[in-house]
Amino acid sequence: MTRSVTPGRAAPVLPVDGKTLDTQLSPARTRRRARWSPTAIIGGLLVAFWLFIALFGVWLAPYDPSALGGAVLSGYSAAHPLGTDYLGRDVLSRILDGARFTVGLALIAAVLACALGSGLGLLAALSGRWVDEPLSRLIDALISMPSKITALVMVSAFGSSVPLLIVMAVVGYTPGCYRIARSLAMNLTELEYVQVARTRGEGRLYIAVVEMLPNMRLPLLTDLGLRFVYIVLLLSGMSFLGLGVQPPNADLGSLVRENIGGLADGAPAVLMPALAIGTLTVGVNLLIDRFGARRRGAR
Amino acid sequence: MDLSVFSLIARRLGGGLLTLFLVSLLVFFVSALLPGDAAQQALGQFALPEQVAALRAQMGLDQPALLRYVHWLGGLLQGDLGQSLANQMPITSVIGSRLVNSLMLAGVTALVSVPLALTLGIVSAMNAGRRLDRALNIFTLGIVAVPEFLVATLAVLVFAVHLHWTSALSFAQDISGPLDFLRAYALPVGTLCCVIVAQMARMTRAALVDQLQSPYVEMARLKGVGPVRAVLRHALPNAVGPIANAVALSLSYLMGGVVIVETIFNYPGIAQLMVDGVASRDLPLIQACAMLFCCAYLVLMTLADLCAILSNPRLRTL
Repeated sequence: MTRSVTPGRAAPVLPVDGKTLDTQLSPARTRRRARWSPTAIIGGLLVAFWLFIALFGVWLAPYDPSALGGAVLSGYSAAHPLGTDYLGRDVLSRILDGARFTVGLALIAAVLACALGSGLGLLAALSGRWVDEPLSRLIDALISMPSKITALVMVSAFGSSVPLLIVMAVVGYTPGCYRIARSLAMNLTELEYVQVARTRGEGRLYIAVVEMLPNMRLPLLTDLGLRFVYIVLLLSGMSFLGLGVQPPNADLGSLVRENIGGLADGAPAVLMPALAIGTLTVGVNLLIDRFGARRRGAR
Repeated sequence: MDLSVFSLIARRLGGGLLTLFLVSLLVFFVSALLPGDAAQQALGQFALPEQVAALRAQMGLDQPALLRYVHWLGGLLQGDLGQSLANQMPITSVIGSRLVNSLMLAGVTALVSVPLALTLGIVSAMNAGRRLDRALNIFTLGIVAVPEFLVATLAVLVFAVHLHWTSALSFAQDISGPLDFLRAYALPVGTLCCVIVAQMARMTRAALVDQLQSPYVEMARLKGVGPVRAVLRHALPNAVGPIANAVALSLSYLMGGVVIVETIFNYPGIAQLMVDGVASRDLPLIQACAMLFCCAYLVLMTLADLCAILSNPRLRTL
């Protein structure tokens, strides 16, 4: 108890208030932060593993993911390490193939959402009230639509397709990123070096990219990881409802859905894809927890 | 001073209403962008042009979009949600009983999860940095990232298939005693709790740890206040704002979470209705459901903000 109340507010875990600047300037602290805890290592390994699978999984697959085999919903065996699905297809190959969609789509969407959100956030922070106010109002409106509800409305209007899924995730998760980027940038605009750059007569683009963005890097990257997790959950949730990636393609969520009939027997065809999603998202979470950024906002 | 509280509250409520208006615009015009229109879809590809035109006139689709929006919004304000395309029934009567079911599910989940999460958060903040805190941290970190359908399918596998404690994928309508109630609600509520308890506990911990590091808590400890009292009497009141925010955010996550959970457990609530509506492309129904969910979200967020305002004397004097 008393340890946590030592004066001087020991741990600057809060990356806002320009403290990232502080951490970059002091080498001792940087070294301390760079130490990897066991959980972070596990997280990093899981993330690296899934990135590898997403990139090279297709070539590793022992069978053609859509080739029909023999037994239906069989258990673990030497020929089919993770069993077969409801049509007798090899589950391992289907997971290796499906990971591409889950990881790839979520990564694209997360990067787009974060780029758009940070761009708009910087714009709002550097422009006057007449840009900031309407933009923030619009974002408030977008953020008050739960992302799954936005997703359902969009799918019902436009039908489900891969580009739409990406747009949907970007629309759903840009607002959160905007808010974080804007509050970070607002704090930075008060600092001397930004004021100096302004007085020097630098343009807004220069200030945003050269002066401010490098100092917002760490919290924004953490946020990117968090958005990635949420988007994976959203996309696999939509696929699980049958409204996400459409056949013949299948992401991990679709795999869970199509094999749900095997649940009663505990078939690996339904457990393994679900576990795959779980390990992916938990891995990312463990990894970004290392950066010590607090999780702000649930979405 | 009282006046300024009222003006602050009034401004917050006004902002909420404005946001709701913007949401209604978004919800309406996303579906108005639809290629083809609802009449075409209701009749299918092989309908005669005359049939489509007639239905379009009957549904009011021949009017400009802005006029339709005004009509729709006017209807919403009077409690008339329009007509479902799928079965030509007024949406109000379709939604009615299901709304009660969904609120029931959300209410029970909130009753179970909020006290649990606050306790976890407080315990882990009091032990910040120790082994218990680290264990809780890893546990909540792990569980917060697990998709609902994994939790739900595992729960069904363990409790319904192997242990036979509850019925698997059917929801009992007739509830005659506490045991039936427990059987029907245990799995859906448990699944929802899993996801939001972790979130809420983490945010509660963060808010409290922030307070516990401040000088006034150290002062209280130095003058001999016990650790429990220091947390509950000194730190907690100052963390009410962020905690209320965390609770509201997590509960609003229920809005999305129920979509999956209601579908898996075949629970007759609004979210399931909405998913069915998406499958049959029943736009008026989807719009109505979306507005209900957004409304609930805004109410929660506004309540949290009001809590923050009323619990913070500094905000009150703005």
